[in-house]
Amino acid sequence: MSTMMSDQSTAQVLEDLRPKRSWRQARSNIMVMLMGLAALVIVVPLVFVIGSVISRGAGVVFRDFPSFFTKKIPIKSEDIGPGMGPAIVGTMLITGFATLVAVPLGILGAVYLHEYGGTTKLSKLIRFLATVMTGVPSIVMGLFIYVIFTLRFGLSGVGGALALACLMLPVVIRATEEMLRLVPGNLREASYALGTSKSRTILTVVLPSALPGIVSGCLLAVARAAGETAPLLFTIGAARAVQGNIFKGANTALPAQIFENAKSLFPGAQERGWGAALTLVGIAFLFTLTARIVSSAYQKRR
Amino acid sequence: MSQLQEHLMSAESTGNEPDISPAVEAVSSRPVFSLKNLEVHYGAFRAVGDVSLDIREKEITAFIGPSGCGKSTVLRCLNRMNDVIPSARVGGEVLYHGVNLYGEGISPTEVRRRIGMVFQKPNPFPKSIYDNVAFGPRVNGVKSKAKLDDIVEKALRGAALWDEVNTRLKASGLGLSGGQQQRLCIARAIAVEPEVILMDEPCSALDPIATARVEDLMLEMKSRYTIVIVTHNMQQAARVSDRTAFFTTEVNPESDRRTGRLVEFDATQKMFSMPSDERTEAYVTGRFG
Repeated sequence: MSTMMSDQSTAQVLEDLRPKRSWRQARSNIMVMLMGLAALVIVVPLVFVIGSVISRGAGVVFRDFPSFFTKKIPIKSEDIGPGMGPAIVGTMLITGFATLVAVPLGILGAVYLHEYGGTTKLSKLIRFLATVMTGVPSIVMGLFIYVIFTLRFGLSGVGGALALACLMLPVVIRATEEMLRLVPGNLREASYALGTSKSRTILTVVLPSALPGIVSGCLLAVARAAGETAPLLFTIGAARAVQGNIFKGANTALPAQIFENAKSLFPGAQERGWGAALTLVGIAFLFTLTARIVSSAYQKRR
Repeated sequence: MSQLQEHLMSAESTGNEPDISPAVEAVSSRPVFSLKNLEVHYGAFRAVGDVSLDIREKEITAFIGPSGCGKSTVLRCLNRMNDVIPSARVGGEVLYHGVNLYGEGISPTEVRRRIGMVFQKPNPFPKSIYDNVAFGPRVNGVKSKAKLDDIVEKALRGAALWDEVNTRLKASGLGLSGGQQQRLCIARAIAVEPEVILMDEPCSALDPIATARVEDLMLEMKSRYTIVIVTHNMQQAARVSDRTAFFTTEVNPESDRRTGRLVEFDATQKMFSMPSDERTEAYVTGRFG
């Protein structure tokens, strides 16, 4: 090619292809910088939050290393020392029970909405209500359970779990429906073409393909719910010893303990609050990490 | 016997040269499908109208024609895959061994067990090669491991893929090349031992070498299965098929909407050498479409 062109035109072409110092180029650079700045601003509060939780909490947690996680909460708030055992157990049990309620319901509901309901009036209504439910403040969910459950059966872990399940449900429905939508239509067709019924296709082709997304969506919902305080305020009470039975008697959880201890004037209680905060952040982080690992492991297997 | 058949036979018997094409002996084979005035609507839109033709046993029948002429739509009527599209309505009759597939009390699921399909884009499940092929038999209730192993091997051999994959049956089907994936889809389709295999542009996503392998495979499979193939590639239709149906679009002068129509259906050799309709001639010689 170049042999066909004179040197003159080659030089000209070279000049033409050089980047121009134009206003357009400058504007592009400014925008890129603004976006970088926005990303930085987003990260700053996160770094400060995590930084302060670690700096104030790590000392408390590691001073009494495993016993902070296992010992009961001192009866007297002014006592200094561990631990948060009952709150950790409570958080696990309450969140676990909430998951057992919300995840199967949510996944089944989403399968109905996406695979069977389609655009019928009923499914449109359900979808609308689920969206509205996403916007309901968590304290309202707590009040709701307080009125219909706690007033009748008293304070217990189940009350808190039901309130958390109400919060998780719309998130699970949405995440699952979104994942079902992403399953390629040609996989369904391939299954139908082999003489597979619709229900069997959903069970053996659609759900397995959507599973990694559904699992990580559900784990994020769980992590979110584990950190909720408001729904627990009127429903679980504030036990200081491990309450293994979530169906009976007052229970406690990490967010509730953080709330209690942060209000306290005693340095010992405040310390325990920071320790509980670090523990909770750790648990949420573990869930998020698991969600990541699960979805990337599935991605690799494909 | 339909008019088309009579027309077909008379066309062959009055041919100028003595015809020794395989189509002549194939005339004796019985029809698997008889389409009678088939028409398909998508909502209010008439996509295809007035299609009548017979598809004969253990032959390869090709549907050719320009885009939007309804050849894929007609193909998808043969195993009720159009049911998946909510707005699709099918009129006329699709007789399969004399039974109207769109008649009352016919289960599309059972229809599809007998009439398999291979799609334009290779669509293996995100499962292992073995599980892809074993999927259909498992759905049909085969549980014994030995039996499944046997079916999988037979199907993969049938699809000329066994030698390439037998050492890695547990590997993902998505790790294969495009041509291998398409043959895996063929293996998956024949694992349920269908009578008919429908192929919707099975080679359009493949390179010429992979295409040649799939074409060889089709010719091999012809002794056991009835095959119907939709193709954009006229050379492909000429190479593999016994009979060819040419579809085109007609513009409705009132609504300006296009409706697919069957123009001509005849032995492939005749369709490509001396078609009766000038539109067919224009298409196969490349002057149109």
